[in-house]
Amino acid sequence: MSDQKPVNAEEIMAVIERNDTARLRAWLKTCMSCGLCSESCFFYLANDNKPEFMPQYKARVTLGELIKKKGNVSREQLQEMKEVAWGRCTMCRRCSQYCPFGIEIALMINIARQCMRTQNVCPDRLMTIDQSYVEFGNQMSIPDEEFVETCEWMAEEGQDRLKDLEIPIDKEDANIMFVVNSREPKYYPQDIQEAAMVMHAAGENWTMPSHGWEATNLSMFSGNLKVAGQVTQTLYDAAQKLRAKKICITECGHAYRAAKYEGPYWTKQPNGQAPVEVTHAVKLFHDYLKEGRIKLKHKFKEPMTYQHPCNLSRSGDLGAYGDGLMEMLCDNYVPMQPDAEWSHCCCGGGGFIPMGADYKKIRMVAGKVKAEQIKKTGCKYVLVPCHNCTDQINDLNKEYDLGIKVMSFKELICELMDLPPHMQPGDEEEAE
Amino acid sequence: MYAFVNGPLVWIAFAVFVVGSLWQVMSLYKMSKRTDKVFYDHYNPGAARASVWAWLMPLGSRPLRESPATALGFFVFHVCLILTPLFALGHAVTFEFNRGIHWPSLPDGLTDVLTLLFLASALFMLGRRFVLPHVKIVTEPKDYFVWCVTFLPFLTGFLAYHKMLLPPDQMLFLHVLFGCMMLILLPFTKLAHAFLFFLTRAFIGSEFARRGTKTW
Repeated sequence: MSDQKPVNAEEIMAVIERNDTARLRAWLKTCMSCGLCSESCFFYLANDNKPEFMPQYKARVTLGELIKKKGNVSREQLQEMKEVAWGRCTMCRRCSQYCPFGIEIALMINIARQCMRTQNVCPDRLMTIDQSYVEFGNQMSIPDEEFVETCEWMAEEGQDRLKDLEIPIDKEDANIMFVVNSREPKYYPQDIQEAAMVMHAAGENWTMPSHGWEATNLSMFSGNLKVAGQVTQTLYDAAQKLRAKKICITECGHAYRAAKYEGPYWTKQPNGQAPVEVTHAVKLFHDYLKEGRIKLKHKFKEPMTYQHPCNLSRSGDLGAYGDGLMEMLCDNYVPMQPDAEWSHCCCGGGGFIPMGADYKKIRMVAGKVKAEQIKKTGCKYVLVPCHNCTDQINDLNKEYDLGIKVMSFKELICELMDLPPHMQPGDEEEAE
Repeated sequence: MYAFVNGPLVWIAFAVFVVGSLWQVMSLYKMSKRTDKVFYDHYNPGAARASVWAWLMPLGSRPLRESPATALGFFVFHVCLILTPLFALGHAVTFEFNRGIHWPSLPDGLTDVLTLLFLASALFMLGRRFVLPHVKIVTEPKDYFVWCVTFLPFLTGFLAYHKMLLPPDQMLFLHVLFGCMMLILLPFTKLAHAFLFFLTRAFIGSEFARRGTKTW
């Protein structure tokens, strides 16, 4: 997809000027090249501490060069930068925590990605996904009708597990408008069914929109913020049209971060707040259990560990809720080390999973840090509340022979919850 | 020349240091009003203060606790860098002689120890740049330059006091010259991190706090 037109330095400079903020200037002035960011980075650790993988170096050879050369770089140079900005960083922001000055290296990589995206230098799959958002409103090119049909089908099939299970579409004035990752209707419709079961069992007044149901925002990672803003706007519009009180994001990490924290800026909302409150399945399920709206038959007995997704536990606000939910669901919750907001990225984020086969080898090498974290817990069950983390940890499971089973909260809750008698599907044939 | 360096240059250096630093901070502040809405939308003074404070403590932050040797090196370097010139007896006496204001000071022996500690920690930090591949790869000539600008006033001060290498007045001349250089360059080089630290830390502490995340 990448064409061979000459590099347009003006377009690159326009991105840099748009991002020319007081904080970026302060960061460029303060960095002392002390190297403390190195050991924060799983790419660096997994690649035998090769200095080329240390965060500051990665920012310097991408955004640093683009600024220094005022955008006048060759296509070959852009290609090299692409392999750094996408192939050696997931923008997990752990280095920002490690920098004595709190310099946001991940944001600089993001600006570099935006610069390159203007020149169509970007992993091809991510560019295809931008296109899919524009044409279909979701990353997997699913027509809205097909999504609605999938929901109907899942509701019907789910009635075997929960009597009268419904998936309300376009219901107005609901408390929760639940939105999904289009990976769910495409490959894992069961996920929609399980989320519906949990909300139905909790007696929630909820709905899903027939348009604006896609929550993922991969354009945030391709660097195409115009499309990223459109995706977020569609989501906000759907919720406002249905007068939903809250938007709840499915168990997906970057979707939550995009809708709650970055989206308001792309769509120019006042005070940087989303027009409709944004929440996440982890928080929703946490509250259901805490308030006793969902009761359990028993807790999960085997030792289980928890993957803190970067976009939930570091760039979101859900670290403590994830831990709390694990405590409520498991007899034997074994946290990974380091944990919560200090957790390492699994290397599924930042667009890595959708970047596809071209980048799989890199992903498997860099995922070593996560594989070792999991191995150290000794757990055979890993709870993963994020789709990209799920794919990555399943791949790591094969690559590193971890012998684990990956579960989501909705799956686990459905397995453990104690349905009240009127929701239990009766064995009708026997009853007759 | 000697008279200029030991007289007006010192005052010029102080003026450049103060005015330059204020100008840097004010221009960034003014710019931030226009470009950093994210900061003003979510500013959290408690988190900003906590983040600054934790990083001023030698082992106050998780990253520094994980690298205690580096943390110790950085901490000794900065404490000695600030305390030594502020409370050196020689500086206090000069100040009192010229301005008639009494300034507290430390005994010479202690100043000597602080100076040696500073020189040692500075060499440690220079050594990191040569030895550790992940520091070496990001070290540029200007990093060595600012290191020299910081190191030389201390070295020449020590040598002048102990009457080593050069006649004391020549060494003192160099000491004042390098000291003035440091003050003049501070606002305009990476040494500006001395005050920019507080701004960038306040931002990150606040920015991560709205996501329930600590940066220390």
